[in-house]
Amino acid sequence: MALEEQRLIFKHIDAPGYTRDIDCYLKHGGYEQLKKAVTMKPEDICAEVTASGVRGRGGAGFPAGVKWKFLDRKSGKPIYLICNADESEPGTFKDRQIIHKDPHQLIEGMLCSAFAIQAKLAFIYIRGEFFEGYRILEEAIEEARAKNLLGDNILGSGYSCDIIVHRGAGAYICGEETGLIESLEGNRANPRIKPPYFPAALGLYQCPTIVNNVETLCDVKHIIELGGEAFSKIGTPGNTGTRIWCVSGHVQKPGYYEFPCAALTLGQLINDVCGGLKPGRKLKAVIPGGSSSKILRADERFKGKLKDGTEFDWGIEDIPMDFDSLAAVGSMSGSGGVIIMDDSTDMVEALANINYFYAHESCGQCTPCREGVPWMRKVTARMCAGEAREEDADLLNGIADQIAGRTICAFGEAAAWPVQSFIAKFKDEFVEKAKEQASRRKEGKPAATETTLI
Amino acid sequence: MELKPETIEKIDRLIPRYPVMRSAALPLCHLVQEDQGYLSDEAIEWIAARLELEPINIAEIVTFYPMLRREPTGEYHVRVCRTLPCALGGAYQTCRRLEEELNVKVGHTSEDGKVTLEFVECHADCGKAPVVMVGEREYTDVGLEAASELAAKIKNGSL
Ligand SMILES: Cc1cc2nc3c(=O)[nH]c(=O)nc-3n(C[C@H](O)[C@H](O)[C@H](O)COP(=O)(O)O)c2cc1C
Ligand code: SF4
Ligand code: FES
Repeated sequence: MALEEQRLIFKHIDAPGYTRDIDCYLKHGGYEQLKKAVTMKPEDICAEVTASGVRGRGGAGFPAGVKWKFLDRKSGKPIYLICNADESEPGTFKDRQIIHKDPHQLIEGMLCSAFAIQAKLAFIYIRGEFFEGYRILEEAIEEARAKNLLGDNILGSGYSCDIIVHRGAGAYICGEETGLIESLEGNRANPRIKPPYFPAALGLYQCPTIVNNVETLCDVKHIIELGGEAFSKIGTPGNTGTRIWCVSGHVQKPGYYEFPCAALTLGQLINDVCGGLKPGRKLKAVIPGGSSSKILRADERFKGKLKDGTEFDWGIEDIPMDFDSLAAVGSMSGSGGVIIMDDSTDMVEALANINYFYAHESCGQCTPCREGVPWMRKVTARMCAGEAREEDADLLNGIADQIAGRTICAFGEAAAWPVQSFIAKFKDEFVEKAKEQASRRKEGKPAATETTLI
Repeated sequence: MELKPETIEKIDRLIPRYPVMRSAALPLCHLVQEDQGYLSDEAIEWIAARLELEPINIAEIVTFYPMLRREPTGEYHVRVCRTLPCALGGAYQTCRRLEEELNVKVGHTSEDGKVTLEFVECHADCGKAPVVMVGEREYTDVGLEAASELAAKIKNGSL
């Protein structure tokens, strides 16, 4: 049975006849929530967001209402809102759809949020590769300005707020919120250490700043529409609202699919929603939350206790798609990027590919990250080039262990987790690679075979 | 360095929007690069002067951000995403096909200056792998056949 999507954020995306201009948005009830928001008390909106339980969609899953509460409102400094539209976590492609196909939803969500935190200036930090997305947002902002939905004295409410679209330039680390802030200040995107530089206290220009993901800010619009309480009924307690799962890799129908949290299992997502694997192929592994999240092996049994004490005993296909379940099996839902690998995948090559990415993207501030991540890349590249050693798996793991937890920003973990989890789950393949190469060499054949992923 | 009047106009409109002028550094790099094709020493000095900064302040961001270039690209700038989802979809094979048909190695510009071929990291469209960009235009699901077609169009200048 095919599962029906339940779209909230993507309700109009790809709908026949729906266009991204403001007239179409208004025809579909657009900006009604902004009209409502500016008549509310800002703190009441914050209370609704807290009541909704909505967790950040950018990666860490931190409750938005709690983050907003950390905002230093007493400093007397201006407050800023930043929308993180860097969408740089490999495997993630949901924010792109919102920006390209429903930009006013984001603008409305941002203005509601900016009003709630009383920010007079907001930024959309958009990745540099989104050339078209940048133009679309600029155009949408001018459309909104022309209708007094943005800018000075919005809808006669006395509240003013402008939005600046700021383009990145191809660096993944700009997705990390403090790196993003440095970048927005005109510097290299070197992340700042927390504490003390929590953006809510010392953010942009050392002023209190809220950074939220595109999807999180869109959620705020729906929280105002439904009320926090009703929003919290979507999904399960602690895992509220919908999530847009971006499925890529070896499935028949890759794409983006929106469901309430926990409404389906990983197996249903792969088999019922994405049409299963290619003919004759078997599932080998899944990276469930963007390339930084820990890999799950298809034949594992996942046993343990959920936060509420319920015991679980799941196969990979039984895992409910929500924040807490994916955390309980030792990974995370992260940014919603679900990467599927079938049995044709060479795990050493897959890790070599991932290591190449992180080695390319380290900002270079911390020694363990700057030196360790390229070292891991070198080891896996050497393994693929025919010089694998049986002890490489342990070497890789040792390097990763010395990076995670020892760096300024969470990039250190993002780069270490794939290595640690690939070795934990597929060590046999790493050792086997060395053995195979040795026996080919003995037979006088070239040790390396042609690679496809690196 | 001679900037187009439209570029100057955009720069003049952009800078006062930021609470702190230095924030305009990256946007100015983009605008000048779009105008000139790359960021020369002169361009870096120009941007620094415009923002009342030192040239090193601009040079350090130009050398940090992958999209900012110190050299011009070929007439066609071809970027192939090689990150895992695209690789699982065959991006490396796509790139090899482009290398063969465009007669240029990835990471280089062809001798006639026509094509620059580069690997890039995830472009956030992984559901339509492999993803290739030519200039500012994105092409998706670029398998081997599509790669050959793209290369043919680049070669005969019809793209
Ligand atoms: C290395 C790294 C990359 C990140 N990339 C992104 C990104 O591309 N988009 C995003 O929204 N958050 C990203 N984040 C998370 C942000 O730091 C931040 O937590 C998030 O934008 C907060 O928004 P949220 O609470 O709405 O999720 C990244 C974090 C790290 C450590
Ligand atoms: S962990 Fe890596 S990316 Fe993060 S600050 Fe340190 S060097 Fe930079
Ligand atoms: S991996 Fe190529 S677009 Fe994401």
